[in-house]
Amino acid sequence: MILAIETSCDDTCAAVLDGDRLLASVVSSQTLFHARYGGVVPEVASRHHLELINTVMDEALADAGVDLGRIGRVAVTTRPGLIGALLVGVATAKTVAFATGARLVAVSHLEGHVAANYLPPGAAEPPFLCLIASGGHTSLVYVEKDRSFRTVSQTLDDAAGEALDKGARLLGLDYPGGAALDALAASGDPGFASFPVGLDRPGNFNFSFSGVKTALYYYLRDAAPALARERRADIAASYQSAVISALVKKTVAAAESLSCGLVCLAGGVSANSLLRRRLRQQSEARGIDLRIPPPGLCTDNAAMIASAARFLPDLPYPERLSLGAQATGLPV
Amino acid sequence: MADCSSRLSAVLSRESETEALAAGLARLLEPGDVVFISGPLGAGKTVFIRSAARALGMRGLVTSPSFTIAQTYAGRRTIHHLDLYRLISFRDSDALDLEPYFGDDAITFVEWPERADDFLPKPALVVKLEHVDENSRRLSFSQIREGLEKGVEELVAGARH
Repeated sequence: MILAIETSCDDTCAAVLDGDRLLASVVSSQTLFHARYGGVVPEVASRHHLELINTVMDEALADAGVDLGRIGRVAVTTRPGLIGALLVGVATAKTVAFATGARLVAVSHLEGHVAANYLPPGAAEPPFLCLIASGGHTSLVYVEKDRSFRTVSQTLDDAAGEALDKGARLLGLDYPGGAALDALAASGDPGFASFPVGLDRPGNFNFSFSGVKTALYYYLRDAAPALARERRADIAASYQSAVISALVKKTVAAAESLSCGLVCLAGGVSANSLLRRRLRQQSEARGIDLRIPPPGLCTDNAAMIASAARFLPDLPYPERLSLGAQATGLPV
Repeated sequence: MADCSSRLSAVLSRESETEALAAGLARLLEPGDVVFISGPLGAGKTVFIRSAARALGMRGLVTSPSFTIAQTYAGRRTIHHLDLYRLISFRDSDALDLEPYFGDDAITFVEWPERADDFLPKPALVVKLEHVDENSRRLSFSQIREGLEKGVEELVAGARH
């Protein structure tokens, strides 16, 4: 049985996994959890993680109905992220492992996102191509049969989720506004304005989203205020369409170039309705099998860290005693 | 003091000119220097830091750390890249989270430094990027530390011609 801890971003997360069966997954920003603990909005600061980690871990164990004695392995995110935030999770995991005699596994946040796809329902068997698109990362990785993976392409500047959040901010929505942008765009005309798709050349699978963000800045600066106000939904739809087009086109093109018939999604942007719809259409048209994990496994969570740990080795003793955190992720 | 408040600026009409200026500036920096990069969304803060990091011998990608807050690169020296965009309500206890990124052995670039106002170390200089039009940016330098003024002045004079 694996207990996993994830503190690399805003949310404090813990999960319990038994084989491929998820017994519990607690995320500090969950509504229910909030209601019970006073509705604190988490921020990226180690003090938030420090205040929440024990409660979140206890909650996960209670949800799973197991006590610490039954945990054989403890998995923890060690990279990438803010050092102080990561260290809260690492120190907690080491303490639990030391106290209970459990083994320790170090996981990268990106390995975790990919591994969300190993969990049922819809568990994917490698090889497959995985699009990881979140607020902090955007890359296409090819997962080999042995679950090792190599980066096919990645963003050269902003992440897709960041482009959506910042675009939403430029349109006057609260940050992070990716979800609000998606909702606003639903009633808009994506053909109203033309925004550039970054690195839009055949055979180039890398992403770039800083150009489209800057284009929106100038569009809004130069547009008549009344027009920008009245056609806000149309502008939102046009902007979102450019960001999502890049993801869809490059994912499908990379899958075809690699002759890969199985494509998986990972990361918070997987919740975007336009991405899901367009990728489904494109995949079906080309006979590609597309898997999208449930939303709770796409946004940051510890279940995906536990899932990755199933296929990773334990840290040897005594090296595990000196396990630290890394601000930069290992190249994946 | 006139020297401390001196403000140097240039309007650059191509991204490549901004990149060249950033690279030139990076070569003037010393370990322990902290550089603030201010400017609105899309002004080119990340591009500026990428060029500076390359000039410091960093190979590989420099992407926006808005979400992860911090990235560390290995070049001829350690380079820290902070982006405080998402830190809206910063408290003094949060400053501890940033402390590991300021040291005598590293060069640190900070995007959106105004988010953490009083909690950051004194910068070696402040670079302000402003939109002029889609391709042009105005770059201004202020709060330049002793020993850097002359080099920055020469860079700006060179960029103007």
